[in-house]
Amino acid sequence: MKKLVKNRSALVGLILIGILLFFSIFANFLVPNDPYDMDIWVSYGAPEWFREGSQYILGTDDMGRCVLSRIIMGSRISLLVGAVATGSSLILGVFLGAIGAYVGGKVDALIMRLMDLILSIPSILLAIAIVATLGPGMVNAMIAIAIVRIPQMARVTRSMVLGVKEEDYVQAGKALGFSHGRILFKHILMNCFAPIMVVATLGMGTAIVVEAGLSFLGLGAQPPIISWGRMLAMGREAIRSAPHMTLYPGLAIVFTVLGFNLLGDGLRDIFDPQLKER
Amino acid sequence: MFKYIIRRLLQLVPVIIGISIVVFMIVHLAPGDPILMMLGEDATPEDYARLQRIYGFDRPIHEQYLRWAGNALQGNLGVSIRQGAPVSTLIYSRLPATIELAFVSVVLAVLLGVPLGVLAAIKRQTPVDFFSMIVALLGVSMPGFWVALMLLTYVALNVGWIPMFGRGGSIFNGFWQLITTFDGSELYDGLRYVMLPAISIGTAMMAIITRLTRSSLLEILGRDYIRTARAKGLTERVVVFKHGLRNALLPVVTVVGIQFGAMLGGAVITETVFAWPGAGRLIVNAIQQRDFPIVQGGVLMMALIFTLVNLTVDLSYAVLNPRIRYD
Repeated sequence: MKKLVKNRSALVGLILIGILLFFSIFANFLVPNDPYDMDIWVSYGAPEWFREGSQYILGTDDMGRCVLSRIIMGSRISLLVGAVATGSSLILGVFLGAIGAYVGGKVDALIMRLMDLILSIPSILLAIAIVATLGPGMVNAMIAIAIVRIPQMARVTRSMVLGVKEEDYVQAGKALGFSHGRILFKHILMNCFAPIMVVATLGMGTAIVVEAGLSFLGLGAQPPIISWGRMLAMGREAIRSAPHMTLYPGLAIVFTVLGFNLLGDGLRDIFDPQLKER
Repeated sequence: MFKYIIRRLLQLVPVIIGISIVVFMIVHLAPGDPILMMLGEDATPEDYARLQRIYGFDRPIHEQYLRWAGNALQGNLGVSIRQGAPVSTLIYSRLPATIELAFVSVVLAVLLGVPLGVLAAIKRQTPVDFFSMIVALLGVSMPGFWVALMLLTYVALNVGWIPMFGRGGSIFNGFWQLITTFDGSELYDGLRYVMLPAISIGTAMMAIITRLTRSSLLEILGRDYIRTARAKGLTERVVVFKHGLRNALLPVVTVVGIQFGAMLGGAVITETVFAWPGAGRLIVNAIQQRDFPIVQGGVLMMALIFTLVNLTVDLSYAVLNPRIRYD
């Protein structure tokens, strides 16, 4: 019974992410209107829902573009930036954390102090500062998000590797004369896979929120690329006349982040009850 | 204990040096000529020469850093390019607003989050528990600045006495006024303005506190001494609140502290939405205007405050939990 309740969270999360992936992959076929098609005669149009003959289900934006179509298109950027940023921070973080824990000593101390340094600046502020330095844009936003997410990955990996390092099978590998690389990547990291995946899944949600924030400030993907954060920024100018311009893109973000959080929570409970609520 | 505090303070030195190097590099890592970037394409040769002199860009990089860091140590963070005022003055004038907002958000989050978490833990596996977990899950999944936009749209626009932008009177002054002269007008004015920004920032934190209180209390309530307390025939209320909650709140205190530090620098986007005159908005505006002295000084100050708050949390944790060893 308990396990079923726990799995339910992962299941709902998977369904939400599945829906999202479906929409982003087949966005070209699913959009009801051309998301780039401007028509100033219908700008700031209110949602029409599914009334007879309605064309703009969730209304139109300041340029008369279909909000629903833009939300569907925008899911690609959120997922892309989230996945690339989380993936990069995962690779770098796992590498740094594993090397630090395995080698130990000065190398470990150096890596962890570096991680502390990144953590000592509030992450959103650091991300904003990095993008401001590199210049606004999607790739730079990915780099910034990846950098601020590395320390968490490194810390989790390090603590896991420290735990696994002394296990008998690792010692056996050493006795058999396996190379350090083989022991570290094949024997140790394979056994740290679960908790790292949990952190990465939860990190996807965070990355997507940070991306939306950067785009909201105009530092993320630049037009004509459609991003949810940018849609919110446009909607902010029109909260009196067209509240649907901020409501629906925001709901899309909540839907997405909720999916990853649910999946992450569920995975955590399934893989490792010990890891619950740090 | 004293030795421990000294040691922790000494450990801060390399961290602070590291932060200052990172912040210093913000300008220097930027592609292209930093002066041209700050001034824009229409820079006059006089302006260019003036800035080059101010920054000493013609000097070797380590010399530039030492000069900047030396000035920063003496409280001189340079002069704003756009506003002409000293950066330190600008930041100090914005800090009270940022601290006030973070403070009200934390208070709000604790006042709502702890009771909700306790309720969820006591009524485990009931609709109450389910509801509070849904609230907590939604709370961490909503971007704070979107909550801010929603509150503006659906609350501020419809409720006349709630302003949309800016800051009213100071909460702290207002509170002082209330208890000394029984005049609550400034406090009311301050609260009117701070309410919505504080809810926007506090929502995620409330969610975190709710979850943590619930799981922590559940864990404590499963301990042996709780069973003993129940066996002694103590009322459930005494068991939960005196024996359970007091111990369960320890991790919550830590998280509240860390979150308070994070809020000081992490509320930048929400501050922007509400035109809240805080340090975060100052930094964001400076970024948009390429006013790098403010960006450098602001990020440096925020990181320092964040680090100090975290240290205070660590130390207070050591005080609160006698089982922690100081070596």
